[in-house]
Amino acid sequence: MTTVSGSAVSAQTAADQAGTLPGARRGAGREPEARAQAAPLAPRARLLPALSAVYRAQLSRARVARIPLLFVATFQSIGIMILMRGVVSGGEDARAVVAGSSVLVVAFVALNLLAQYFGQLRAGGGLDHYATLPVPPAAVVLGAAGAYASFTVPGTAFTAVAGSVLFKLPLAHLWVLAGVVPLAGAALSGLGAALGLLAPRPELATLGGQLGMSAALLLGVLPASHLPAPIDWARDLLPSTYGVEALAHSFDARPDWLLVAADLGVCAAVGVLSLALATWAYRRAAVR
Amino acid sequence: MATAEDTVIGTVRGLVKSYPAGRARRGAPAAPAVRATDEVDLDIRRGEIFGLLGPNGAGKTTLVRQLTGLMRPDAGRIELFGHDLVRHPERAARLLAYLGQESTALDELTVALAAETTGRLRGLDPRTARAERDAVLEELGLTALAARPLKKLSGGQRRLACFAAALVGDRPLLILDEPTTGMDPVARRAVWAAVDRRRAERGTTVLLVTHNVIEAETVLDRVAVLEAGRVIACDTPAGLKSLVGDEVRVDLVWRDQPPLDAPEVAALRPRAQEAGRRWSLRLAPAEARAAVAAVTGGPAFAALDDFTLATPSLEDVYLALGGGQAKGLVKG
Repeated sequence: MTTVSGSAVSAQTAADQAGTLPGARRGAGREPEARAQAAPLAPRARLLPALSAVYRAQLSRARVARIPLLFVATFQSIGIMILMRGVVSGGEDARAVVAGSSVLVVAFVALNLLAQYFGQLRAGGGLDHYATLPVPPAAVVLGAAGAYASFTVPGTAFTAVAGSVLFKLPLAHLWVLAGVVPLAGAALSGLGAALGLLAPRPELATLGGQLGMSAALLLGVLPASHLPAPIDWARDLLPSTYGVEALAHSFDARPDWLLVAADLGVCAAVGVLSLALATWAYRRAAVR
Repeated sequence: MATAEDTVIGTVRGLVKSYPAGRARRGAPAAPAVRATDEVDLDIRRGEIFGLLGPNGAGKTTLVRQLTGLMRPDAGRIELFGHDLVRHPERAARLLAYLGQESTALDELTVALAAETTGRLRGLDPRTARAERDAVLEELGLTALAARPLKKLSGGQRRLACFAAALVGDRPLLILDEPTTGMDPVARRAVWAAVDRRRAERGTTVLLVTHNVIEAETVLDRVAVLEAGRVIACDTPAGLKSLVGDEVRVDLVWRDQPPLDAPEVAALRPRAQEAGRRWSLRLAPAEARAAVAAVTGGPAFAALDDFTLATPSLEDVYLALGGGQAKGLVKG
């Protein structure tokens, strides 16, 4: 093994982070034959350009593969609302049903489908492609997560509008979706990506994604006031709950914006944590 | 090769990678620990096409995964262009382009977007990535397929599209893992023409993984023969062939059963490797002439379907070196 003095390492690391490794700067104690002609490294892809390239490529996949599944997500939510119309008359319960069904579209796509995607990518050796490119791990994870969150926009908006009409709820504050979709999307796609990258087998990633979506369905759509205490706690642990709550509050005649902002803040915090977890999981999965 | 300089750009010393023993499960016995890379030493020179040849399971892909920073070796040293890749595996992505065997990451993209995105992720700005994308697709004859998703293409076309993605964003070293699998001759020619152009213009070095002996003989400058994780020989194809001396290979294919009642045929049998109706023999030139005269002149000729007389190939080298599984090598 090479023996390198500590100062030489830090000098090299600093040069490396600057994007170039000058061939002339050689620390003492290095092996001369191999170190004499270190070639310059090609630049790294920077975070934002790489993120946008991954995002764009992922979005284009929707044209090839994802459109049928997006319809499924929307139909599922519309179906649930139609079913619940026989049970729920209006008021607080109706708001919960519409908000829950709308956020369910996000859970279906961002959590379930993204977990499947990363699970299959990992199992099929697809991560090698990204791991042999000089791209920051966060760019791959955020680009994919962002694209999957974007996939949910039409379905979520359509479900929310259709639900509001169906249950005669006010449409005035539906602009809240502009915060709910990206923030709940971040939280749920981060979880989905982490699940897909951590699961030892792709079937387990799929299973985890399905279970997460089922939880979002049951705990999000059913009105909270009817749930027993332990399930209510589980509901509090699920990040999609806060997206549902934020949207439900916006149906009030005079929404409590502080409450909405607090709920969205929880989504954002969970999003940051889960995306950081997913980035760590990606690093771990890419190099074995 | 006249273009090959003698500068060593890559050295591998004492590289070891073991896979731990698998646990026994119901119905499956415990798998023993495997040394997938066993004390491998290699020197790769600037501008050459260096081959790793061996049957499936010889450790070629494991070795390449360590060179590309995808896998950490248990022990040993890898240096590429003066960079220590065991200590800094993340630098591999900035020194080389890798074409792996899988295309899962690109399958749902169009050929154009796969190439462009890969270029962007190699650090190119949008305009350069698009320009290089167009140039590479044109060079490989893929322009007509640019708008088609990879998964709608045939296996060979998909492979060519992945090769295109590997070429966008110039790198001084290309590591290609069986790049021509499933390709028709036109696509193969496009691949080797593109490789040759980069070697001539930029001194690009190529590390090629293959189990195809004909391809190995025609395109490689030097080749390391792998068997069970070890390098059992490393030289030019011609140099390796001279190891086998001037033995020639005689292949006899019988119509049905070999005519063992003919004494000259019975005498050849102990030296033949039999595979179905085919006998392969490695003989000194004089012996080979005698054998061919015997089977083509006498009554045995009636039972003979076909015969060939050939100078040694890398497959013969592999057998002569004690390689156990030459059936894993592909001819043609």
